[in-house]
Amino acid sequence: MSRIRPLDMSRKQYQQLADTLCKLTKRFNRHEVQCLMKVFSTLVATFPEQRIAVGLDRNKFRNVLHTTFGLTDDMITDRVFRVFDRDNDSFVNMREWIEGLSIILRGTLDEKIKFCFEVFDLNGDGFISREEMFHMLKSSLIKQPTEEDPDEGVKDLVEIALKKMDYDHDNKVSYADFEKAVKVDNLLLEAFGSCLPDSKSALAFEEQAFKKNKDD
Amino acid sequence: MGVALTRAAQWTAAGIGVGKLEFTPLNISLLNSIIKFVEYVSSKHPQEAALVFREPLEWKSNLEISGFGADYQISKRTVVSKETVDGNPLLILDDSTGVIKVSTFSQLAKLLEIAQKEKLKETQACLEANRDPIAKILGPSFATVEGEDKSMLRLLEKVKKGDEEPEAEAQMKLFLLLQQLDMQLLNTSLQKISQEVRLNPQAIKNDVQLLQSFSGEGDLTVLRSINYTSEYEFSNGCRAPPWRQVHGDICYLIINTHDTETLYVTCNTAGVYLNGNFVLQKKSTPTRKTQKAEVPTNEELDQTEKFSEYQDKNKFERKKPPPKPKTRDIKKEETSFVHKALESSHRLSIKDEKAQLKVQDTKKIKKEKENVEMVAARKYKCKAAQEKAHLIQRVVSDGSEELSESSTESEEDKQDMNRQQESGTDLPSEYWQIQKVVKYLKGGNQTATVIALCSMRDFNLTNETCQLAIRDVGGLEVLINLLDTEETKCKVGSLRILKEISKNPQIRRSLAELGGLQIMVKILDSSNKDLKCLAAETIANIAKFRRARQTVRLHGGIQRLVGLLDCVPTSAHLTAEQEKDIEVARCGALALWSCSKSKKNKDAIRKAGGIPLLACLLKSPYENMLIPVVGTLQECASEPSYRLAIRTENMVKNLVRNLSSESEELQMHCARAIFKCAEDEETRNLVRTHFGLGPLVKLVSKSDNKQLLAAATGAVWKCAISMENVERFKHLKVAETLISLLIGQPEEVLINVVGALGQLARDPVIRGAIRRSSGIGPLVNLLTGTNNALLVNVTKAVGECAVDPENMSIIESLDGVRLLWSLLKKPNPDIQASAAWALCPCIENAKEAGEMVRSFVGGLELIVNLLKSDDIEVLASVCAALAKIAMDEENLAVITDHGVVQMLSSLTYTRDDMLRQNLADAVACCCKWGNNRVAFGETGAVAPLVHYLKSKSPRVHRATAQALYQLSFDPNNCITMHENGVVKLLLNLMDSTDEALQEAAAGCIANIRRLALANEKARYK
Repeated sequence: MSRIRPLDMSRKQYQQLADTLCKLTKRFNRHEVQCLMKVFSTLVATFPEQRIAVGLDRNKFRNVLHTTFGLTDDMITDRVFRVFDRDNDSFVNMREWIEGLSIILRGTLDEKIKFCFEVFDLNGDGFISREEMFHMLKSSLIKQPTEEDPDEGVKDLVEIALKKMDYDHDNKVSYADFEKAVKVDNLLLEAFGSCLPDSKSALAFEEQAFKKNKDD
Repeated sequence: MGVALTRAAQWTAAGIGVGKLEFTPLNISLLNSIIKFVEYVSSKHPQEAALVFREPLEWKSNLEISGFGADYQISKRTVVSKETVDGNPLLILDDSTGVIKVSTFSQLAKLLEIAQKEKLKETQACLEANRDPIAKILGPSFATVEGEDKSMLRLLEKVKKGDEEPEAEAQMKLFLLLQQLDMQLLNTSLQKISQEVRLNPQAIKNDVQLLQSFSGEGDLTVLRSINYTSEYEFSNGCRAPPWRQVHGDICYLIINTHDTETLYVTCNTAGVYLNGNFVLQKKSTPTRKTQKAEVPTNEELDQTEKFSEYQDKNKFERKKPPPKPKTRDIKKEETSFVHKALESSHRLSIKDEKAQLKVQDTKKIKKEKENVEMVAARKYKCKAAQEKAHLIQRVVSDGSEELSESSTESEEDKQDMNRQQESGTDLPSEYWQIQKVVKYLKGGNQTATVIALCSMRDFNLTNETCQLAIRDVGGLEVLINLLDTEETKCKVGSLRILKEISKNPQIRRSLAELGGLQIMVKILDSSNKDLKCLAAETIANIAKFRRARQTVRLHGGIQRLVGLLDCVPTSAHLTAEQEKDIEVARCGALALWSCSKSKKNKDAIRKAGGIPLLACLLKSPYENMLIPVVGTLQECASEPSYRLAIRTENMVKNLVRNLSSESEELQMHCARAIFKCAEDEETRNLVRTHFGLGPLVKLVSKSDNKQLLAAATGAVWKCAISMENVERFKHLKVAETLISLLIGQPEEVLINVVGALGQLARDPVIRGAIRRSSGIGPLVNLLTGTNNALLVNVTKAVGECAVDPENMSIIESLDGVRLLWSLLKKPNPDIQASAAWALCPCIENAKEAGEMVRSFVGGLELIVNLLKSDDIEVLASVCAALAKIAMDEENLAVITDHGVVQMLSSLTYTRDDMLRQNLADAVACCCKWGNNRVAFGETGAVAPLVHYLKSKSPRVHRATAQALYQLSFDPNNCITMHENGVVKLLLNLMDSTDEALQEAAAGCIANIRRLALANEKARYK
């Protein structure tokens, strides 16, 4: 299932797709899947300059994350896009959309840990390294013009995070490390930047998506 | 309408009995509204209107029989409605007396229809005869009570419970309607009343003075200036010229404001007017202004109050405008806004602190060189200064607060101070690390903040050094700031830390001063259950001192906390959600526990409906839930309303069940709750019927935990007030255990142990048991103690033991009577009374009682002089003791010499039955010496004694009859008695079953009769 053209699909195809996706995710019921599909179609259609679109491209997707889920950090949203886009074709298609949403909206803690780790693992090598942390935390502190080394604070913060999460002392955070750290302290789930919608915006999104479609 | 009727309606002055409604416009409008209401109910709410009143409304009507129509059965003398319920007519009018009885609203409405023009009069007559109609309509439990009103809640519960009572719903509706009417009536009458209120010079003067104190140059004031036009004040308080005063003018004001031009204001008795455009502004203007003024005042005070260094810094920060941050996504990040504002001044504070530390270091070196004395002196000085600063701070900030919430505040303070002194001497490495982390908290976006918060938890937050370090580097402000953001993660992280460090008393105070409680109370409304839990737990930690508890209450925290308690009843299978609900309830209970140490909070918890919720949670099987719940109940049980609720809500059963819990803490709280509640007889019985006495006795034998022991023995003491319980205790052999606790226990335990023994010793078997387990010795030894509460209990216990002659001989051999006697010298009336009571059985049972009493030098004079006391209990007990003393003739002679007759006679006018009984006893016994009988007659004791026979108490009758019998040997007394009608009273008493009474009464009458016969004989000779 690589190329899906939601706008040109026949009704039957559409229903079939809904069924498959419904079975796949399990967290959404049929009605909800259909609603989310509708949202997806609308989103794709709202950008007229790309009529032949096969899904949401990076910019559109980031826009969605920004406006609906309040995720603002460009680097992080970029990574979220990468994680959503499982097949690496630079588009988030219908299936990826539903699967991704099922995790960030209704995923278990384990799924979320996996998701976040993938987001934070910038180069995808299975570890969050010092450099990656530095990169992600670079803009998290307010720089003081008077400070001698403007990055000193960030470096320090990286050390703190590493101390907190690097259980096997190999100077990088493996998936196991990350999982353990989050299990100990849930707050560390989004340790290097918000990549999940907060409960309020998630609720608002679900309400809007599922309710609006009930009417028609 | 109850409240409106009692408060608003204008009744004629007659206080008691049937008052009259005055014929004033206010009352007429009240009556009209009530008439309208009756008509409205019967037309719009037929179901409620058909509800039969508990008691019919009854009044004297002026209606003619002829006016009644077809719905009524009219006979010659009565009118009866055809509509009946269970055979009873709903309306009865008796024509001969004019009394009418009506039982439903529909009948009332019909009646009003019949009355036509007489409507008003009939309603008036009805209300005059039924001062509290609601009580009659809905039953006595709804009677109007001044102050709070629980009837609504009670009814709601009824409705909730009962399918079996369909009437309750109609009743509820009717009650709501009546309440509505009540409100409406009050509102209209308030409007009417307020129209008549006029301004007076004093009120204006006060307002002006108040405003003046808030005016001046500068941003923080409300007004630039406010002045009178004239400095001269007339003797009536007005400043307007006399020819304007005639029109009601009081004074004129010139007001300079910050933002408008100068205002000229005329104050008239009718209101306050702005000159020029003549806008009528009723009195609301000045009040509104004062309200406005309050806000800056607080701020102002706040800022002048700030003593400590960091607070000064804080102020400085606030004044500086926050620099605009320049990151792109800043719009969305509310947190970082706060951080950045703080960041700017942060560097400054760090420098400061470094300097401070240097100073401290040098001091340290010096200190080592100085000799020990100097160090001590400096320490003392330092402590004094701290204390002073603290005191000033407290005085300033507490100034407005009422002092109702008694308890241990001062102790808490002292504790704080001692701790404060210890800190600040040396700085460990954690200090610097914490400072760094706080820096990131201040200057990071939410990602950095979360990391910083997580890493902060890695410090040992239970360590005082770390706790104070967080405070000293300004961490508390940041943590509280974080609570005010939208970020759930930041809030959770911050609260987790606050929860830990708020265990430190100093941090508690700082948090409360920084306004943390207000924000946490707000968080209780959050939908996130974790947040609610954390906030409640933190509040539980902070609310350990009075002002914090008050703050929680004033910001609506109690209501919210009570709201947290509302979780689903516990069942076997719990979903994760339900478990969380239970956790929330637990945290809520924890916070309420802390808060419940203030009396006003106890009331607030009750008013917020906390009692049924606590009762529900009390059924929980979880120990960690039960401890705070029982703790709260135990704390609140000092209030009678809670004790009643604990009994009626069937909580005793659960309290008893938890006495056998695993946790000693829980056992202790349960025992304490029982201790406090068992003041009430029904509760004592409930404890027994729920088999609570056994577990209590078991707890008493656990002597390692003193607090638990004190609670358990206290519960035994109070339970033993009921004789049935004593019977049970006898089987459980608790007395032996208690006696083993008489030695080597702290005072709090001793008081309860001895109290319990005193109650138990009323049983003869237990008296013997106390002797056999050699308990008399330790008890007598305790008579030399100093604790007042303990002495009261010990004297009682010794007194009860002395009833047994064998015990008495031991007490005598230990010189216990002398010890008791010397307690009469204590100034405390409770001890005096209890010692005097204890002396009675001692004197009665001692072998050579007369000799023994005489051997106490000055003892008799001492006890006679106690008759001058003001305390009824003391007087009664001393009378009883004197009666015993007077058994010995020589002693009687001595006390007569000390003027006992005169003193007893002067007490005869008492109305207290207990005193009367003992007094009469004493009189009877004292008559037997010399011419005391005559002396009693001369000092006027006889006439009041005769009147004692009209008392209801049979004991008083007996004692009095005996006294009268003794007195009747003197002819003059006989005459006085006869004049006071004694014969008839005594004859009435002769059919009593009490033989002693019969005998005395008969003897007295015989004496009187004999005198009469002798008199006759003399006449006919």
